[in-house]
Amino acid sequence: MWLSLARRFGSLLVVMFLVATMVFFLTRLAPGDPTAILLGDQATPADVERLRAVYGLDKPVIVQYVLWLKEVAQGNLGQSIFLQRPVTTALAERVEPTFFLTLFSITFATLIGVPAGIASAVWRGRFVDQLVSALAMLAANIPSFWLGLIFIQFFAVRLGLFPVAGYGDPGASLVERLGHLILPAAVLGIVNSALITRFTRASMLDVLGDDYVRTARSKGVSEFSIVIRHAFRNALVPIITVIGLTIALLVGGAIVTETVFGLPGIGNLVVSAVLRRDYPVIQGALIAVAALYVLINLTVDLIYTLVDPRVRA
Amino acid sequence: MASPTLTFLKRLFRRKLVLAAALVLFVLAVAAIFAPWIAPYDPGALRVIRRLKPPSELNWLGTDEFGRDVLSRIIFGARASLGIGASVVAISIAVGSAIGLVAGYFRHLDPPIMRMVDAVMALPDILLAIFLVAILGSSTFNVIFALAIVYTPRVVRVVRASALVVREQPFVEAARSIGASTPRILFRHILANVTSPVLVQATFIFAYAVLAEAGLSFLGAGVPPEVPTWGEMISSAQQYADQAFWTVLFPGLAIVLAALSLQVVGDGLRDMLDPKLRKAL
Repeated sequence: MWLSLARRFGSLLVVMFLVATMVFFLTRLAPGDPTAILLGDQATPADVERLRAVYGLDKPVIVQYVLWLKEVAQGNLGQSIFLQRPVTTALAERVEPTFFLTLFSITFATLIGVPAGIASAVWRGRFVDQLVSALAMLAANIPSFWLGLIFIQFFAVRLGLFPVAGYGDPGASLVERLGHLILPAAVLGIVNSALITRFTRASMLDVLGDDYVRTARSKGVSEFSIVIRHAFRNALVPIITVIGLTIALLVGGAIVTETVFGLPGIGNLVVSAVLRRDYPVIQGALIAVAALYVLINLTVDLIYTLVDPRVRA
Repeated sequence: MASPTLTFLKRLFRRKLVLAAALVLFVLAVAAIFAPWIAPYDPGALRVIRRLKPPSELNWLGTDEFGRDVLSRIIFGARASLGIGASVVAISIAVGSAIGLVAGYFRHLDPPIMRMVDAVMALPDILLAIFLVAILGSSTFNVIFALAIVYTPRVVRVVRASALVVREQPFVEAARSIGASTPRILFRHILANVTSPVLVQATFIFAYAVLAEAGLSFLGAGVPPEVPTWGEMISSAQQYADQAFWTVLFPGLAIVLAALSLQVVGDGLRDMLDPKLRKAL
């Protein structure tokens, strides 16, 4: 097990190295000199030269790449061109809404997807099953930003149940800030519940036909106990996998949703960085998100081995 | 007369839902192709006097903040949205199949190719897409190019997985033993046997691409604003959502309808072509 984990970790590092390389060279393809953008049209060539030296842009690309990679490996993602601070600081400032949004969304998605999937499997082929399948399919094909706008209009503007947008006034308490996340998290949770529903259903169908379920039933164990204690527990590994996968997907979904709800998270940071071509921020965010993605995948693998001793063998 | 295509379609459309979805796609495709003849108004025509009017006999789906007809813009939007989706599918299937075949057939090339695929897939679709569009500049072509890069790795994975299996089949060995060249084996024998999963993947990528393009346009990193797309319509309408909800509602329904129909057809294809999966998903 340790050997396979070490191997997984090794390929994770390779993937991260490739992501960093790809991000670096793709960014260099971009037209226009970021220093020229930063200094505006009043700048003299000498100013531009000086700033290029500050950012190391006067060195050959390969040298820049090696230097940059060394910094990234040490966790330094460079300086934001527009925000006048290190990219890591900018990311850290924005991490709270994104973190809680992802956490709440996955909670919503799980609370919707797991019970729906179980019901669908238990009443396979019946009306409930068809309804759940149809709704899951629909949810997966709704653009989150559109659902967000509809929810804002209905639940926030018309019914006044939730704040319309933003993350509370400056100095708002944590509870108040988190209150702003319920509606966006519901949107993301609904849109991303489909995968969990489908996998829960499939995984439950697999185990519901197993011998021990039949044995339990013949012993006279209640149907509820069979489904939850016997079947669901054994169906858990694929469900945990897909929940992990969904968390990784949510990171991407959060980008668009944060924009709709005006949440000052990583997604919002990236979108504004893209719109004003703040390349260090874009690079840094991409690398941070990719690192998060591979780490989530590794964690999911680790959790498996804890939940299901058979995987350890 | 029963041509294979006809038999195939008959079996596919035996399920009413798949047939309905295919009809929706057909209608959308016709609307996209014949937009100038079908649309009741010029999609760019400004009539400020009739701005933000609710749906009526004159404008079936209402008008937007410039008095432009929402229905006409949705019909023209189908052009950009579906056209981009179809182009993304074509490119990612062509490129992804070629790379996937190579990875699945030549063992020593498999690890480097698959690590690259992992790297691209470690970035969320929409994040990678806005990054690429930001670098390349926003134009219809660049949006297609960016989304093709995002979805090619999926095709690579599917084709490679199938190619790994097909490679070991006796008929491939037979072909090799009678002296068939490597390209012939790759394209004639292996590619021909991985078309089913690729076809299924194509419909799903089409659906994802339609959704992703809408997301990009919504974020302002999509096609230039003068091209009407469903995502851009929602984006510019959002500040009028309070007064004119139809300007947000209808373009979104068009996106849902298109993506959902593609997904239903894709599911139908998968169920038919791969009976093993029917039980599981």
